[in-house]
Amino acid sequence: MVDSIFLAVSVLTIGSAIAALEIRSLIYGSIALMLTLSGIAGFFLLLDSPFVAMFQLSVYVGAIAVLILFTVMLVRRELIFNKIEDPRRRYAGIGLMIIVMLGIGTIIIGSGLKTMETSVTTVDYRKIGEDFLTYYSPALIVMALILTSSVIGALALARREDVTNEQRTD
Amino acid sequence: MSNGLIDFVLVSVALLAIGIYGLAVKRNAIRMLFAIEMIVNSANLNLVAFARFIPNSQGQTLALFSIAIAAAEVAVGLALIIVAYRMYKNIDIADFRSLKG
Repeated sequence: MVDSIFLAVSVLTIGSAIAALEIRSLIYGSIALMLTLSGIAGFFLLLDSPFVAMFQLSVYVGAIAVLILFTVMLVRRELIFNKIEDPRRRYAGIGLMIIVMLGIGTIIIGSGLKTMETSVTTVDYRKIGEDFLTYYSPALIVMALILTSSVIGALALARREDVTNEQRTD
Repeated sequence: MSNGLIDFVLVSVALLAIGIYGLAVKRNAIRMLFAIEMIVNSANLNLVAFARFIPNSQGQTLALFSIAIAAAEVAVGLALIIVAYRMYKNIDIADFRSLKG
């Protein structure tokens, strides 16, 4: 059985995920996305992994959501409130969502996950640091290189001057 | 802790389905980025949930890697959206037709 905190966090997460996609204004949408990411951090806290929860809060809510908010503010005002979508495509999308939910949901409910026991021992966060520095140290170095190259690539893309005045004809 | 593993997995499935709906329906590039974030987050939730119940520390390690990679992906994606916005003066993906130039 689920407790009330889990129920509250899941309602917050799912509700703000729907709101992030459906609210008319992109600014409120990105704030709703921030709530979704905070809800995921709450799930991590419920799962006794505070280290990942703090990482999620600082990286997603602190950095990515603010970056998205700034990008939304760079876009013209009428595009923020503009909502173009085909209604038939929308119904098809809702159907696809329900099919995915019911399909994977029934498979998971039918599988043996329900009988999984709750273990009392939790993972110590010192073990994560040990993993990072011993077994995963090559992956850590590769990830640092990927982050550096993506930051350089993002800067080079966003600072290009030659695309400013180019007007497409087609 | 009274929550079972299946509760977390079901929440993650719901988030995945909402993300797929957003990717399929929305034509706004920034909203599609929102949907991608939701899908990545549902995968992270699965990783941490299974790591808690097995129990094993490597799921959390992989979730940390995944969060860092998603941060890089969002930075590059937003830069691409800004470049496309300067070119087409729009963020509707139906307008991003030509890749030349």
